[in-house]
Amino acid sequence: MNKPSAVRSVERPLTVEKAKAEERIETSPNSVRLIFSFIACSAFWLVFGTLVGEYLGLKFVWPELDTISWLSFGRLRPVHTNVVFWGFLSQGMLALALYVVPRTSQRELFSYRLGWTSLVLMNLSVVIGVISLMAGINNGAQEYREFVWPVFAFFAFGLMLIAYNLYKTIADRNVKEIYISNWYILAACLWTIILVLVAYLPGYQQDGISQTVIQGYYMHQGVGQWFTPMVLGLTYYFLPKLLNRPIYSYSLGVLAFWTQMVFYTMIGSHHFVFSPIPWWIQTVAIVFSVGMIVPVTAGTGNFLLTMRGKWRTIARSYSLPFILVGVIFYAIVSYQGTLEAFRSLNKVWHFTNYTIAHSHMSMYGFVSFLVWGGIYGLIPRMTGNEPPQFAVGAHFWLALIGVLVYSIPLMIGGTLQGLSWIAGESFIESVTLMTPYWVWRAVGGTMMFISHLIFGYNVWKMRPTTDKMTKAESVNA
Amino acid sequence: MKLNFHKNHKLLFGVVFWGFIFLSLIIAVFPALWVQQENEPLPASEPMTELERKGMKVFINEGCVYCHTQQVRPITMDENWGRPSAPGDYARINRPSVWRQTPAVLGSERTGPDLTNIGKRQPSSVWHYMHLYNPRSVVKESIMPSYPWLFQVVENPPKDATVVSIPGEYGPSNGKIVPTKKAKALVAYLKSLKQVPMDAKPTAAQQAKADSVAAQAAKKKINGATIYANNCASCHQSDGQGVQGVFPAMAGDPVVTAEDATDHIRVVLYGLQGKTIAGTEYQGIMQPFGESLSDEEVAAVINHERTSWGNDAPTVTPEDVAKVRNNDELNKIQAEE
Ligand code: HEM
Ligand code: HEM
Repeated sequence: MNKPSAVRSVERPLTVEKAKAEERIETSPNSVRLIFSFIACSAFWLVFGTLVGEYLGLKFVWPELDTISWLSFGRLRPVHTNVVFWGFLSQGMLALALYVVPRTSQRELFSYRLGWTSLVLMNLSVVIGVISLMAGINNGAQEYREFVWPVFAFFAFGLMLIAYNLYKTIADRNVKEIYISNWYILAACLWTIILVLVAYLPGYQQDGISQTVIQGYYMHQGVGQWFTPMVLGLTYYFLPKLLNRPIYSYSLGVLAFWTQMVFYTMIGSHHFVFSPIPWWIQTVAIVFSVGMIVPVTAGTGNFLLTMRGKWRTIARSYSLPFILVGVIFYAIVSYQGTLEAFRSLNKVWHFTNYTIAHSHMSMYGFVSFLVWGGIYGLIPRMTGNEPPQFAVGAHFWLALIGVLVYSIPLMIGGTLQGLSWIAGESFIESVTLMTPYWVWRAVGGTMMFISHLIFGYNVWKMRPTTDKMTKAESVNA
Repeated sequence: MKLNFHKNHKLLFGVVFWGFIFLSLIIAVFPALWVQQENEPLPASEPMTELERKGMKVFINEGCVYCHTQQVRPITMDENWGRPSAPGDYARINRPSVWRQTPAVLGSERTGPDLTNIGKRQPSSVWHYMHLYNPRSVVKESIMPSYPWLFQVVENPPKDATVVSIPGEYGPSNGKIVPTKKAKALVAYLKSLKQVPMDAKPTAAQQAKADSVAAQAAKKKINGATIYANNCASCHQSDGQGVQGVFPAMAGDPVVTAEDATDHIRVVLYGLQGKTIAGTEYQGIMQPFGESLSDEEVAAVINHERTSWGNDAPTVTPEDVAKVRNNDELNKIQAEE
């Protein structure tokens, strides 16, 4: 490990010298190309999706920014959410999974051709989906399934191919045990396939409230059975790897896995507390929301105990701080979610901007940070090209401060909104009282957006270059 | 093959796959099927017209649901919006085509007001057109987007066209604003959003809840300014100045400032349309508030109007309101008018 040299710290007194990515890992150029392409697409969608998010945020303060139908709030909002879900995060997570699964199975990916096909299908789906949403074509405005089925079918098909690809890789592994990461990663793919089928198939979900029952299930499982297990699985690989020490407790990971599957599936309807969907479904959802304390505590406890005593290593790494932040946010947002499900607090927070704060702390503070940690931990080791340390630091701090400046004011504002309604003030009060908090959101959002531009630049800096690639090829030969 | 999750991938992923299908069936698919079977529109409700259905499509395509709920919860704070929503309220909303699923009208965020009863609260098409063309033309503080693409600007609209008059600063520099078919459909849809009575007798538990809700409501402080802001300001404006040619000003209005408040009470209870005030004919329609506001509330809002924006007219008591309400003679005259 390089010790920080005195000379360099004088040159750059503001930044802690970070350790260089230690060893080059040997990966076939095939896999480098595929994985990097997933990451490049993911980075593109991040910048695009949050540009849209930022624009939406500004519209709360200046509703008259434009009067173009394709850019209006109601059409762009689903563009934002679907792009960050299916473009940015999904593809970023899959990129890492395409590394972790073969690596821990000690073999090559089953099929690179299938991998490329998945990438093309998923991106086609997002591109066509974005255009159709902006043109005002959506799937009944059902949140996170706004793409009409012929469009989302591309994505679903890409996902099925990936699941098959990963399954074959695991089935043909060169080790006896299936490493815990692979449990989470492949399970996430299988669950999401089922979820998407349940969400889009006709028959049982038809009129009025029966559709809402499925929507509650779908919108929560989307985050709970896709993003959450996927990044947790990745973290079960990257955290021990980057710290160079085994995970604290393997069996806690297993416990968290099964409780995640059973508890999380039952809680979707906590998005519809007090709604006219059957009361018992809501109650089940609330009870299991409390149950979620088990997998969450097991998961975060496990990660934090793995990190214990290694804080210096974390501070000296440029990927591990992202993972630390992600783990902490995982705990915070999960406990927060349990609180939001209680009927007494749901009354205050439901329908308010508090929910928006929660969404961003979870999808951003938790999921996105873990994905970034994995990307910075992996790609330099694969391509031999490191991003400038200063730029990684700038990404980290802008994103972290940005998301705090975004969400803390919205939590305060959201609570005031709820209290204003409870106090029976006229509705417009709850709109005008939000203005300062929406301004803060725009400030935080701007910081986040700038950090994404920097991330894009870093990805570019980490790209596989021909000189390093040919070296890798000769090493492999 | 041993029965070991750690070594047997078929077993592990088999359990993961089938287990999740099982859970999905019990928490989502079967409940949805069951709800679907019970799906029954309220007897008093009417099927949507073709035009309203088109309007709902515009509502969904433009993404109005991201800011507006149509969901009244059975809790005190939601009472302003109507009675608690029941499954039957949504029973007529169904899948429009094979391409799209049933619209999600319940919503998940209340950036704007709940629209469950907007057809009752705001029955005036003129108001809706102005509001859609530019929400700030009627609600200054609004952050809702404008929807000018639902309108056309024409130089010389034909005689039978609906012309929307917009205060100068919000309108186009020249030409007149005419709603497109989409705007007409959307407004027809919005005007159709009204809760109908639930016919079935409430269960004991529901009744108990309703009673406690009503008891709490009775305790609620009645504040004329708040009632005005919630019910009147969108047309007559919070500064009482109205919107020229569409909604009359309350400041200095002859009925509002009259010594005898009977007419004032009647307008609030029964609504008004097509009246010429001080030489101006107003396009807007005012809805009756007799059903939605109690005598106490009507008195409070009337007194607010009579004593604000420079008005200084004698106030009324809830008993005065009750007198007008119960006076059959007056009601009959009202009906004939
Ligand atoms: C520059 C950064 C971002 C900004 C300024 C931003 C802004 C916004 C805005 C204005 C909304 C609509 C809120 C409303 O309707 O009241 C929204 C919704 C949402 N955004 Fe973002 N966003 C950003 C980044 C992200 C990222 C990276 C993700 C996911 C990884 C994300 C996930 C979501 C989700 C899930 C919602 C829907 C929330 C809900 O309905 O509860 N956002 N965002
Ligand atoms: C075409 C889609 C939309 C329709 C048909 C629509 C309809 C309405 C109606 C009828 C009202 C008056 C409610 C009342 O007086 O009780 C209203 C108010 C409001 N809406 Fe919307 N809305 C749409 C989209 C949106 C969107 C996308 C937003 C959020 C960015 C929004 C935010 C608001 C707000 C803040 C108010 C309260 C202030 C006001 O009355 O303008 N609306 N909307």
